[in-house]
Amino acid sequence: MTTRRDFLKTGAATGALVLAAPALGRADGLAQRFAPASELPPMDPSTKALLTDALNAATMGGASFADARIGRYRNNFVFTREQQIVDVVDTDTMGVGVRVLLNGTWGFGASRDLTTAGVVAATKEALAIAKANVLPAADRVRLAPTTPTPDGRYVTPHTTDPFAISIEQKADLLIRTNAEAMKANGVKFVNSVMYFVKEEKNYANTDGTFTTQTIIRSWLPFTATAVTSDFSDFQTRSNVIQPAARGYEYLTDAKPVEHARQWGEEAAEKLKAKPVDVGRYDLVLHPSHLWLTIHESVAHPTELDRALGYEANYAGTSFVSPPRDTLGKLKYGPSFMNIQGDREQEGGCSTTGWDDDGVKPETFLIIKNGILNDYQTTREHAPMLDWWYDSQHRPVRSHGCSYSDSWSDVQFLRMPNVSLLPGDKDLGWGDVIGATDRGIAIMGDGSFSIDQQRYNAQFGGQLFYEIKGGKIAGMLKDVAYQIRTPEFWNAMDLIGGKKSYELGASFFDGKGQPGQVNAVSHGSVPARFRNINVINTGRKS
Amino acid sequence: MSAPKSLFGKGSEISSNEVMARAEAQAFLERVVKLSKADSISASLDGGYTGNIRFAANRISTAGGVATSELIVKSGYGPKHAIVTTGDFSDAGIERAVRQSEAIAKLAPDDPDSMPLLPPQKYADVTAHFDSTANLTAAERAAAAHTALDAAKTAGDLTAAGFIVAANTYNALATKTGLFAYHSATSVNYQLTVRTNDGTGSGWAGADHPDWKQIDFEAVSDTAVEKARASRKPVAVEPGRYTVILEPQATGDLVQLLAYELDARTADEGRSAFSKQGGGTKIGDKIVDSRVTLFSDPADPQLLGQPWNDEGLPLGREVWIENGVLKQLEYTRFWAQKKNARANGGGLRSVKLAGGDATTAQMISSTPRGILVTRLWYLRQVDPRTVLYTGLTRDGTFLIENGKVTKAVKNLRFNESPLFLLNNAELIGRSERVAGNESGGNTVFPALKVKDFDFTSLSDAV
Repeated sequence: MTTRRDFLKTGAATGALVLAAPALGRADGLAQRFAPASELPPMDPSTKALLTDALNAATMGGASFADARIGRYRNNFVFTREQQIVDVVDTDTMGVGVRVLLNGTWGFGASRDLTTAGVVAATKEALAIAKANVLPAADRVRLAPTTPTPDGRYVTPHTTDPFAISIEQKADLLIRTNAEAMKANGVKFVNSVMYFVKEEKNYANTDGTFTTQTIIRSWLPFTATAVTSDFSDFQTRSNVIQPAARGYEYLTDAKPVEHARQWGEEAAEKLKAKPVDVGRYDLVLHPSHLWLTIHESVAHPTELDRALGYEANYAGTSFVSPPRDTLGKLKYGPSFMNIQGDREQEGGCSTTGWDDDGVKPETFLIIKNGILNDYQTTREHAPMLDWWYDSQHRPVRSHGCSYSDSWSDVQFLRMPNVSLLPGDKDLGWGDVIGATDRGIAIMGDGSFSIDQQRYNAQFGGQLFYEIKGGKIAGMLKDVAYQIRTPEFWNAMDLIGGKKSYELGASFFDGKGQPGQVNAVSHGSVPARFRNINVINTGRKS
Repeated sequence: MSAPKSLFGKGSEISSNEVMARAEAQAFLERVVKLSKADSISASLDGGYTGNIRFAANRISTAGGVATSELIVKSGYGPKHAIVTTGDFSDAGIERAVRQSEAIAKLAPDDPDSMPLLPPQKYADVTAHFDSTANLTAAERAAAAHTALDAAKTAGDLTAAGFIVAANTYNALATKTGLFAYHSATSVNYQLTVRTNDGTGSGWAGADHPDWKQIDFEAVSDTAVEKARASRKPVAVEPGRYTVILEPQATGDLVQLLAYELDARTADEGRSAFSKQGGGTKIGDKIVDSRVTLFSDPADPQLLGQPWNDEGLPLGREVWIENGVLKQLEYTRFWAQKKNARANGGGLRSVKLAGGDATTAQMISSTPRGILVTRLWYLRQVDPRTVLYTGLTRDGTFLIENGKVTKAVKNLRFNESPLFLLNNAELIGRSERVAGNESGGNTVFPALKVKDFDFTSLSDAV
């Protein structure tokens, strides 16, 4: 699920729309990702020494495997409303998290004490916890093999480090954006935020892997609110710029000042929009909207830990289960439906050099020609599909989906970028609308909710347009659609091509206990779904 | 407040250094405040030790112990301010945080809503620290997990997944004006899902209390097992409006969300469910059934919350809805000054819906046809104008016919507002502390029987 809890009320959801579509982006991404390691800074020697201390303490304590992460996690926020600052916040946290495997049982300890004594104490905590929980032989953890990386270095491709830009400059861009939005008739309030993340992560494990990585992410949450003068109605327009793993240049390239008036006018137009008539419609979903539907109804149900019951107590299980009944068999959608998992798309929020198991992630097809082909895996869970990989003549390897949101939380299976790949015909948004006789076009992500096995979902959006005879016939409001996942994806009958591919993203995908958030992107093309159930959410009592 | 006997957890390798006692926190924060060169500074501490254990698929999956503290420094120059946090408590680390917050504050544009620091305040005495929790060991957490694991394994037809988390935490605040506030608390949260191995049944139960001794692990297991078995092979019912009996968790899942909507400023600005058509707010209007009273109170023995907010404003009993009438909205200090109201903001994470005396058995026996709901899941706002939310039932949904629970039904999606719900209340049960909040916080809610609850579609999820 995407979580509500972790952020300010003003920016409660995640961003969308208007940005020029980044192409699939392998070429330039690859160039930067695989720049010679010597061009990136090596791991700090004192950090490496502390990581080694932790691994030695774990081995001495009897661990068969251990890894240690020393990370510095920084956030920078600038909050504004209308023509004023609300707050400026810089958070900075550093510490060590040590995970040990003792008698096939995990233990984890974490501390902000970055001295030898501190990392050893965290390691002893992890060992003591593993001892207290020792598992019966049949339940013990076995890890998929991986090739060690003795000196891994990675930095998110970016031009400008957001942490090097002054508060004045950031605030100025937001305040000017707000001013433009408020020029729209009826817009009375604007909230906007700049939100930057920098994760400086150092990882080592007893297999001999040492990696040092810097991950940068940028986002500009924005909400314009239009209110009628008699207080009889109010409407908002938000989620205009998607979060991305890019530098400060990403936000300036998005040209918020230039687009803000339009966003404001869209909020005001919603006040006059026609309430939707309930019924069945063909839906044409823009990538700024469809990313969230992919996230909830494809990406989450194909997490292997979830499918095997490991998240049953909170996030839930999955209808894509058990794997023996679904892999190679389940028809998720039409034959042109291909869903890719990867951690290498440039700008993708899940993109990284190595995962938090020390594995170099690989790109893989979760759904191939409409059929379930694979699950998202970590070193712990990949061996549970050994029968499938054997049958496919593929080695049993993790896809590299391990992640922890801080040094103080234990890593586990988190989704990579999960994307709907473009179709063969190079159709765009306008082409798909033009081919549709009667329907609703939806842009931007809105309200979202799905059950714990990912069958029944309901999605709202930001902007809804009636389609008549292949043309936009006006704005609608109070629209939400309800789906049953397998029928929904099998009702997809037309998708866009490469030129219409865009990434959408969330900074706050929640999972696990204690809860952790994962930032993740989903690429998609515009797509049409036939005969979908639409409800009107404008209830009065 | 009286100091707890022991703040120092004895159960772990790393817990002992991380929970500062009152005097230690005060000395530390005074040191931070003295470093300030700005017009104003407030410095706060937030930290502690948290131990947890997870289990799933009838085995322990992960477990950990985390010790951490954070220093939060807010510096101000007139209407300019900025916040910097750090976990580096060395002299150099503290100095760096103070200087950085000053440097950023100087560069920040003005915040015309900023308020001067509060003078020293008096706070309610809330004892929320329990040694039973603070001194917990990994072995004790494992033994507790085994109450559920062993029950499920022994049964043979059940699979258990659960999470136990116990924390020993503290918060403190000091300002340049001499204000000091301190609160220490322990917490335990336990949630358990038991699923039947045929994949058709799922039951949930939970418990939450600051005192480890108050958590009845066996009772939680018994309830989850019973619900899992009873919920097997659910039948479909037609979506539509039903009389619904919400167990306390389900009531809390939906009604707790009202706390996010009680902001006075947005109501005054015409963009809230509590804005009044034509202008103004709905304060003084009857908005729900006259038996409904919603309040927050850190000293309430069922809530035990922190008795001050992040500015050091004392938090006491605040009644939001009394006998169905909206009594007040939540005012920040700035908005209170602007509107000539009393500042009362920051306490809504501890919230209680006053209970009645109906038992769940009475609710069921008085219902010709209805649905009994264990809990709700994935609640998301659909329309802020009416506080309309969507979400689904989960882990134990049952049909009531002629005053009896007759069968398990498939889960259902609803589109419903806590305001509509509280208007349609028929019976109100005793309030209890609930454990399964998607949004966290200390919350106390009763079971409710309500009419016309709007289910809009069926779900195949178990």
